[in-house]
Amino acid sequence: MLDPATIRNFSIISHVDHGKSTLSDRILELTEAVDPRLMREQYLDSMDIERERGITIKAQNVRVQWKGHVLHLIDTPGHVDFGYEVSRSLAACEGAVLLVDASQGIQAQTLATSYQALEHDLEIVAALNKIDLPAADPDRYAAEIEQVLGIPARDILHISAKTGDGVAALLDAVVGRVPPPTGDREAPLRTLIFDSSYDQYRGVVSSVRVFDGTLRATARLRYMQAGSVHDVEEIGVRSPSASPVTELGPGEVGYLIAGIKDLSEARSGETVTEAAHPAAQALAGYRDPKPMVFCGLYPIDGDELPELREALERLRLNDSSFTFEPESSGALGFGFRCGFLGLLHMEIVRERLEREFDLSLIATAPSVAYTAVLTEGGERRFDNPSEMPEASAVDHVDEPMLKATLIVPSEYIGTVMDLCQSRRGELDRMEYISPERMELVYRIPLAEVVVDFFDQLKSRTKGYASLDYEPDGYQTANLVKVDLLINHVPVDAFSTIVHKSQADSYGRRMTEKLRELIPRQLFDVPIQAAVGGRIIARETVKAKRKDVLAKCYGGDITRKRKLLERQKEGKKKMKAIGRVEVPQEAFISALRLED
Amino acid sequence: MGDPFGVYVHVPFCASRCDYCAFASWTDRDHLMARYAAACVTELGRAAAAEALPAATTVFFGGGTPSRLPGELLAEILGAVARRPGAEVTAECNPEGATPALFASWRAAGVTRVSFGVQSMSPHVLAGLGRRHDPAAVPGAVALAGEAGFEVNVDLIFGGPGESDGDWAATLAAVLALEPRPAHVSAYALTVEPGTPLAADRARHPDEDVQARRYAMADAALGGAGLRWYEVSNWAVPGHECRHNTLYWRQGDYRGIGCAAHSHRRGRRWWNVRTPERYVAAVEEGRSPVAAEETLDADRRAFEALALALRTAEGVPADALDDEPELRPLLSRRGDRVVLTLRGRLLADELSRRLRVPTILPA
Repeated sequence: MLDPATIRNFSIISHVDHGKSTLSDRILELTEAVDPRLMREQYLDSMDIERERGITIKAQNVRVQWKGHVLHLIDTPGHVDFGYEVSRSLAACEGAVLLVDASQGIQAQTLATSYQALEHDLEIVAALNKIDLPAADPDRYAAEIEQVLGIPARDILHISAKTGDGVAALLDAVVGRVPPPTGDREAPLRTLIFDSSYDQYRGVVSSVRVFDGTLRATARLRYMQAGSVHDVEEIGVRSPSASPVTELGPGEVGYLIAGIKDLSEARSGETVTEAAHPAAQALAGYRDPKPMVFCGLYPIDGDELPELREALERLRLNDSSFTFEPESSGALGFGFRCGFLGLLHMEIVRERLEREFDLSLIATAPSVAYTAVLTEGGERRFDNPSEMPEASAVDHVDEPMLKATLIVPSEYIGTVMDLCQSRRGELDRMEYISPERMELVYRIPLAEVVVDFFDQLKSRTKGYASLDYEPDGYQTANLVKVDLLINHVPVDAFSTIVHKSQADSYGRRMTEKLRELIPRQLFDVPIQAAVGGRIIARETVKAKRKDVLAKCYGGDITRKRKLLERQKEGKKKMKAIGRVEVPQEAFISALRLED
Repeated sequence: MGDPFGVYVHVPFCASRCDYCAFASWTDRDHLMARYAAACVTELGRAAAAEALPAATTVFFGGGTPSRLPGELLAEILGAVARRPGAEVTAECNPEGATPALFASWRAAGVTRVSFGVQSMSPHVLAGLGRRHDPAAVPGAVALAGEAGFEVNVDLIFGGPGESDGDWAATLAAVLALEPRPAHVSAYALTVEPGTPLAADRARHPDEDVQARRYAMADAALGGAGLRWYEVSNWAVPGHECRHNTLYWRQGDYRGIGCAAHSHRRGRRWWNVRTPERYVAAVEEGRSPVAAEETLDADRRAFEALALALRTAEGVPADALDDEPELRPLLSRRGDRVVLTLRGRLLADELSRRLRVPTILPA
């Protein structure tokens, strides 16, 4: 068991592309944790998608030795969708390295995570990275960090993770400034799970930090929030390859395997104690992960439904934070309603389904969870527009809100405020963090952020604005459901909930789009957008007048028959909306354009 | 007299190539004509022996431009076709190729019917089709055919670039004013065939709604002059329908002679190699000129029979199509059969896709 005085537990807080993975690689090399011949880039990011996108989703931890000390580097998820996981990782640490690109300065999300770290009383060691770049301006961004976080500019290190310059000094600063963990070795065991992943041979493998007592390889454990009891199969440390140990004492970080098959029994934030001598109180801060963004996922080929179900079940083994349940749509057939922590999470899950399970999917427009307060009393929660109760039964609808923090170069303030206003955002405050950049805080409906807000923000600011957000309760809003009707039959896949002021333009846009996508039929087909019973937009697909080959003589007969046979096959693949035949591709295109 | 039997002879030679044409036709192979005609005669002889060809009730020389073939070569080929008494023998003719000498030789050889590729009576519409003849030649050509005692058909194309409703009405009127008035007119909606110069030029592509309107104009003009619709693109004074083409639409048997020609015997379809030189070479070397073949199973044959019949005034058994509300304006009931209405004719392919197969074969 280690002497806690020699332990330093820290994570790296950093924006995408500000160099966290590169710094982790340098630390592994400098501390000789990895055989140089086995070293590869982004060593700790194990999944393909993470490596490609340069982001970390699952927290990893690694133990390294540095000048007589044991450092536990606890990697944190790098995206706003995983804010809760970030908070659990921070809870396992006494300190954090704030890593900021010296050519770009601190970003909204990094700032938010830094505030979180300060709330956890973490010691922040700030470092400006990429000082080898010609565009680096470390003095300017050090002043900015001093302004927003109160960290004196003179204490901010200048490093280059790429060249290794300053990395040793950074490790020295971690040892010197981050306090060692404290904990009562004699108290009942309290161990925090700050991440769990699923291994097909070992079951759930959890990353843990011991706070009090001793975690022994022979223990019988109680999972306090899940309420379950499991025997330890193996405990150990990663340095970075896993090696079993017999015990982990206060302050130590390692992994825990206890024969658990279901990730939801070992969620981030879970407190593990000894069944025989349980702690009186769990560690603070546990939360059930709640999906915030929803969409329907449908196989393009309806025959792939069983494969999609199996893929979702298998993915969920590795990610207990997304949810799915069967749903059916008149337009798209059978599929699943899925819930995600956020937009990126949604994209990642969808991409993994397509890539790792070779499925072709169509996703409906992302939606959020609304609460309808009914006139007869009571509430109904719904995240699928087609489940919105009848307007007559609804007193009002509440929608989820976000507190959105944006860091924006001053020259783009106008366009960003326009964007936020058009998305029904209310400005809460704005302040300069430096002469060149401002921090804006808005209260804004989540529903407005899930539909291409981030892309808009990036394009309006040439990528220089950054965004962080956190849930901020619910707010009553004048929301309506816009239905799209093809030949008077509503098409559930296109129903959307929008603010009343946006209903007309949404209706016009969608009816025009569908008019172009739906092939001409034997009769005129009205395409309508409606709110309640009221038509707000209308287009017509005119009846087709001509569909016949002019010539059909001896040599044309075979060709014509084959063409008709092919078309007959194609006809089978059409979806019937009432009497209208619509090719699957039309739905797919209409929904894609919605992205 | 047994079942009708047709012989089709493909003549692949043309003076120039029209922009919309996807037929097997060439402008630079006239030097092959004599050998080509000889090869056709040889193929006919072999087929007669090997396939027990019945005597023909109809013969059709199509192209290309059969009138480009010297009269004696056409006569040589026709002479090799065993025919039953009263056989219909059609030859396609470019209006500018019509001469008293050619028609006399055709008449002597046994041709009974001449089909003129007129397409339009408006010079600017012809130019838009990439077609190089002068419509002024048409009245003389038709008169010559009448004098020679031929039945006359006129082929027209509508919906070409630059054609107005007025142009089309004028073409229809001019054709109906010809002396003698043709007893048969074929009017085709301009079709964009892949690989043609027209296909590459989107600006010249026809508009389907415009074509539908022009079709209705043709039906009104021709019907008003006593030419009855009997197949999607064909109108005739009753009794003057083309018997050869009717054979195709009844899924009858026929033998195609020459390059790219298609044949059909009882559900087996096959076709010859596409170019005249490969065709000539194969026949001269004693090889089969057949490029490929297919044999239809009963379901396919039934579907094909219905899809062909649906295009004609004979129609299909009423139970071959579901009684759906949107189909009612497209079909009219004739006893136990249904026949396409004017609107239905323009949507024949859509209706074909809805045919119920297998169903009872038409009698």
